[in-house]
Amino acid sequence: MYDIVVVGAGPAGMTAAIYARRAAKTVLVLEALNYGGQIVNTPDIENYPLESHISGFDFSAKVYEQAKGLGAEFVFEKVVEIRPEKDAKVIITPKNTYTAKTVILATGSENRKLGLEDEDKLVGRGVSYCATCDGNFYRNKVVAVVGGGNTALEDALYLADLAEKVYLIHRRDSFRGEEANAARLKEKKNVEFIYNANVTKLISEKRLKAIEVTDKIDGSIRTIELNGLFIAVGRIPENQNFAGLVKLDDAGYVIAGEDCHTNADGIFVAGDSRTKMLRQLVTATGDGAVAATEAVKYINNLETV
Amino acid sequence: MMNIIEVNKENFENEVLKSNIPVLADFNAQWCGPCRSMKPILEEMAASNPGYKIVSVDIDDEDELAEEYGISSIPCLIVFKDGEEINRSIGLISRDAIAELMEG
Ligand SMILES: Cc1cc2nc3c(=O)[nH]c(=O)nc-3n(C[C@H](O)[C@H](O)[C@H](O)COP(=O)(O)OP(=O)(O)OC[C@H]3O[C@@H](n4cnc5c(N)ncnc54)[C@H](O)[C@@H]3O)c2cc1C
Repeated sequence: MYDIVVVGAGPAGMTAAIYARRAAKTVLVLEALNYGGQIVNTPDIENYPLESHISGFDFSAKVYEQAKGLGAEFVFEKVVEIRPEKDAKVIITPKNTYTAKTVILATGSENRKLGLEDEDKLVGRGVSYCATCDGNFYRNKVVAVVGGGNTALEDALYLADLAEKVYLIHRRDSFRGEEANAARLKEKKNVEFIYNANVTKLISEKRLKAIEVTDKIDGSIRTIELNGLFIAVGRIPENQNFAGLVKLDDAGYVIAGEDCHTNADGIFVAGDSRTKMLRQLVTATGDGAVAATEAVKYINNLETV
Repeated sequence: MMNIIEVNKENFENEVLKSNIPVLADFNAQWCGPCRSMKPILEEMAASNPGYKIVSVDIDDEDELAEEYGISSIPCLIVFKDGEEINRSIGLISRDAIAELMEG
């Protein structure tokens, strides 16, 4: 039996593992894909204290080496269920069953989809969720970005320098993202703004060929021919497997305050997957530290009773 | 890097299309974070699957190959058997998903 099982090897989970090892607890980190979490998607982090520029992958690799160096174990399996039994938490993956005194959930979030027909089928065939990964394929082509937050604005800025034309489609009449980004975008000659509109259909023939955009105010429909559609409509938590274990809010985030305690005994939560104000690396790593410290306290209490 | 063979348009035919064992081709780029994240997984897979050949194609250097195989999102893994594409996946995927892809 492990002292602590951490679910998810993103910045929050790996930081929790570092703190738990520093407290001399045994730690297993279970990860569905690979270490790093969502931050591997960014080529440049500029707002994490310590380094002015570092790629998301390099950041992840460093934190991973640090956690491993301190003795955290990593196994790459997806957790499908957690059962709180009397003397232990039972953690189940498709291949194995593990037991632990405490669990720290650090499952982060994933791309929100538009939910349109054929959306999944067209990923890699014109539909993308990562402008910095796929933008290069759209040099001198026509693309659209959907969304109104910072990611959408940054994606549109990035693409404006590569593509012939960029449509930015937003369901409201103003952007949620930073003013500075919106202002820079308005100066680009090849960017066309489409406000108060939703993408309502993907038109394809093997690849994406066009989209249908519906105006929210007058209901008119416009068809836009393009080569690529970049979807940046936010992220959603991945807690479906734990809905019976801990309380979630309506959006699916695990309900917890700054102490990272869930409503379930001995189950903690860290990072983007909990209810919080700001979802960034610093807050995720901060949570990792708090959740591990609380888990350690919980274990030490078990031993004294 | 020992287990993964770098291929280019000169040796693609010999290494991939004419290979007598199945080939997993990883289309990637230096600047792509998820591609770099997948590299060590592919290294492991190459080491533990001697009956398989795993090759890497840098799409910046090999834009003709990328174009030929219609790559527009990376990382992109393509499985070739007897010179034919039999399976393809896009994005960072799990070890199990890669194994499944290789099984065909
Ligand atoms: C493109 C992009 C750019 C960004 N840029 C910045 C930036 O510049 N600065 C900044 O501070 N923040 C940035 N962020 C936000 C930052 O990446 C997140 O706030 C941070 O990664 C959250 O960390 P986390 O550990 O909570 O979750 P995640 O990073 O989402 O990690 C969660 C991990 O859990 C795994 N997982 C999920 N479910 C399971 C399961 N059932 N079993 C096992 N494993 C599971 C996932 O595979 C994932 O690896 C960016 C995000 C994106 C997408």
